[in-house]
Amino acid sequence: MGLYRGYRGSQGQWAWMLHRLSGVGIMLFLMMHIVDTFLAGFGPQVYDHVMALYRAPLFMVLEVVLVAGVVYHAVNGLRVIVIDFWPNALRWHKPLIVAEAIVFLVLFIPAAVIMLGRLFG
Amino acid sequence: MSYGEGSPRPASGFELWSWFFMRISGLLLVFLVLGHLYIMHILNSVEIIDYNFVARRWANIGWRTYDWVMLALALFHGANGIRVIIDDYAHRPGWRTFWLALLYVVTFILLVLGTVVLVTFPFPA
Repeated sequence: MGLYRGYRGSQGQWAWMLHRLSGVGIMLFLMMHIVDTFLAGFGPQVYDHVMALYRAPLFMVLEVVLVAGVVYHAVNGLRVIVIDFWPNALRWHKPLIVAEAIVFLVLFIPAAVIMLGRLFG
Repeated sequence: MSYGEGSPRPASGFELWSWFFMRISGLLLVFLVLGHLYIMHILNSVEIIDYNFVARRWANIGWRTYDWVMLALALFHGANGIRVIIDDYAHRPGWRTFWLALLYVVTFILLVLGTVVLVTFPFPA
């Protein structure tokens, strides 16, 4: 499946594709995060060394990307649940997508400002 | 015409349970994970989180419970999502079996690792 969707691309298809991409990305992070948390069982030296890696600027930027992915996956998942249990909501397909975008921005922008502010502040 | 809804509700059997599980765990994870992100990445940050931070947090059995429920739900929610993606894209039987087996083994190991550290991490004396 190519990334280019051409004329077939509707908001719904993009939403669906982003849901999968963000889901896979979050899962890859979760796998790493379970391992790094497991290392807490080996005591302060090991765990603090691992946490120091997360403080590298690259990881702090990726952390913002992670938060964007999680917030998107959560908000889009809620929209999917609304449609699943109340199919009539598809009559407001476009407004729902717009509402989703607004909720995403309201949650993500302040978080990004706080997190990036720490990095550059 | 796709409206970007989820997969259609399966009629019965494991796929129906899987479909409900994704919706119910997803709904719970909205609160568990966004709460976790808010506490760890907004109120606190990777600059603050170290061994002592974790030790203080896990002194409270409530946070261990929170973390274990989140671990199990997120892991199975994610693994089930990957299973669906493997079903969608891996058509050759040999590769499909390989990817599914790898997924199940890795998921099981990660559940064990996460559970072990949550259960065995020492409580403050």
